[in-house]
Amino acid sequence: MIQDMLQSSPGLGNFVIFFILGLVLLLIVLGFVTFSILAERKVMGYIQLRHGPNQVGGRWGLLQTVADVLKLLLKEDIIPKLADRPLFILAPIIAFAPSFMVLATIPFTENFQFADLNVGLLYYVAISGMTVFGVLLGGWASNNKYSLLGGARATAQMISYEIPLVMSVLGVILLSGSLNLNEIVEAQKNGWFILLQPIGFIVFFIASVAELSRTPFDLPESESELVAGYHTEYTGFRWAFFMLAEYVYLFAMSALITVLFLGGWMAPFGFLDFIPGSVWFSIKFFFVLFVYLWLRSTFPRMRADKLMEFAWKVLLPIALGNIFLTALIKSLFF
Amino acid sequence: MIRTEEMILNVGPQHPSTHGVFRLVVKLDGEIITEATPVIGYLHRGTEKIAENLQYTQIIPYTDRMDYLSAMTNNYVICHAVETMMGIQVPERAEYLRVIAMELGRIASHLVWWGTYLLDLGATSPFIYAFREREMIINMLNELSGARLTFNYMRVGGVKWDAPDGWIEKVKDFVPYMREQLKGYHNLVTGNEIFLNRVKGIGKYTKEEAIQYSLSGVNLRCTGVKWDLRKDEPYSIYDRFEFNVPTRETGDAWARYQCRLEEIEESLKILEQACEQFPAEGDIMAKVPKIIKPPKGEAFVRIESPRGEIGCYIYSDGKKEPYRLKFRRPSFYNLQILPKLLVGENIANMIAILGAIDIVLGEVDG
Repeated sequence: MIQDMLQSSPGLGNFVIFFILGLVLLLIVLGFVTFSILAERKVMGYIQLRHGPNQVGGRWGLLQTVADVLKLLLKEDIIPKLADRPLFILAPIIAFAPSFMVLATIPFTENFQFADLNVGLLYYVAISGMTVFGVLLGGWASNNKYSLLGGARATAQMISYEIPLVMSVLGVILLSGSLNLNEIVEAQKNGWFILLQPIGFIVFFIASVAELSRTPFDLPESESELVAGYHTEYTGFRWAFFMLAEYVYLFAMSALITVLFLGGWMAPFGFLDFIPGSVWFSIKFFFVLFVYLWLRSTFPRMRADKLMEFAWKVLLPIALGNIFLTALIKSLFF
Repeated sequence: MIRTEEMILNVGPQHPSTHGVFRLVVKLDGEIITEATPVIGYLHRGTEKIAENLQYTQIIPYTDRMDYLSAMTNNYVICHAVETMMGIQVPERAEYLRVIAMELGRIASHLVWWGTYLLDLGATSPFIYAFREREMIINMLNELSGARLTFNYMRVGGVKWDAPDGWIEKVKDFVPYMREQLKGYHNLVTGNEIFLNRVKGIGKYTKEEAIQYSLSGVNLRCTGVKWDLRKDEPYSIYDRFEFNVPTRETGDAWARYQCRLEEIEESLKILEQACEQFPAEGDIMAKVPKIIKPPKGEAFVRIESPRGEIGCYIYSDGKKEPYRLKFRRPSFYNLQILPKLLVGENIANMIAILGAIDIVLGEVDG
């Protein structure tokens, strides 16, 4: 449906439809962010013998995030005197914009996908790499030593982990023969790639945690060392933009893992096909998300130098070996 | 041409991981520390000077506020010093109550250390588990003394309050429960690869260095020196209990971690035996004059607090106030080795090393 419109001639009607669809996705994502923050606090709360939010919005605290966002909007917007003002203002936007751009290629169901790019996966990796500029600029422009250290750490980490991330996914590309996310899902008809690419999946998952800079790889903002890392000096809504970017990436990465390794919208068995694809997608998606939250509440943080070692000396060789193995298997058996 | 220069980073006094108001000025080359200067004194209240104008019983609440994580041992050290000077024989029941209270305090203190140390390392959940158990201990001590942290429980010659009905049974029930929880702690953290990476070989020093810097407690025992005043210079009734002194040879943060967790187990052993031997009745206060006036002279006593050797020196000129009172505060002495340990480490290790020393700022600053 969307594909047809993309190829139709431009006009006001198309523009309006696209605008509305974009708005719908934006609302879905913002709604997700609202509730994923709540879910994170609830899951962590229950793991940590607490209740989590339970005051605002009924006993489940459904409106807690809304209240928090309102508070952030009302807060004073502080820009440090010695900060690099234009960069300081620009940084959250640079960090935040790509996080929404990557969502365009993700096929949520067979029909619900905004841009069916032939190089969807490459697009995702390329665009998500831009966020690191925002983080680095934010850390630099704040003119704060903690922020600088956090920004430098974030840059080193994100660049290092992008390489095993891409390398691990090459196995999937080899097996499916396509960079198109839709075709990757179709290729999993006979078996999910988590079964055919277990090594690739593990490397990808670890690298994705580092890309999202979540515990155990939350070094850029490691609270106990760098106070708050690159966003130490940010307040109010500028800070919220960094956080929003982080959670939208969490959304995008969970969706990407679902698509690449867990068969996207497809049912695990043929006879379960009567359940709509969106349900399957949500189930898998929320499971991946839960694993991220689970990791956060159980693991301590890696150390910066060990983190680099881990990326270059462990993950990258494994990912390269996985490519070799996959290529061998493919040429011998397929 | 790239020009690099060292950066001076001011860590604290408001920093999430300096455990209070500790300040550390570090010179950084990238993330590597080339020089570290601790700055202390933000919590200095002049306890020793204030004590010169107070009667001995009035000093006890001030000691609560020094090492606020194990106030019972502080209570004990001042009472013990005065009792030594005056030659007071403390009733047996009071001694047992004191030992039970002190060992509970030791467990609570080590639990706080365990939780906050892992919080420093970035793990959020262990903190809450540790505080769940600590809360039970604090509730028990609350029933005993009427306060949760600043107990003001012991007096010269005994203790202020007798154990309420069923209290000893509560402590008895707590021992197996705590053992069970300790297993959970080990399952959650001790084997974790990331955690081992963070603590193994970090903040290493040798036996000789530890003695030169006059470290005590776990910070000394982690290098293999078997020195625990409860065993080596038994005070109170510690000679009646069977327990081990856990030591390690490596002298790194990992050794300190293991020693502390093992010490919890040993304290549980002491608690078990103390509850078993607890006399059914008896006095809780010795015959002590209304106004305590130690004879002219001086005394120094030292005991084993969770952080190391806590000592109390009293010089009395026969009045009801001490002429001079001095506490050997273990955190203060243990902190001395920090600048040496930090050189050449990165910021992440800085937090891991500082946390492993286990300081309480109230005690460092006195």
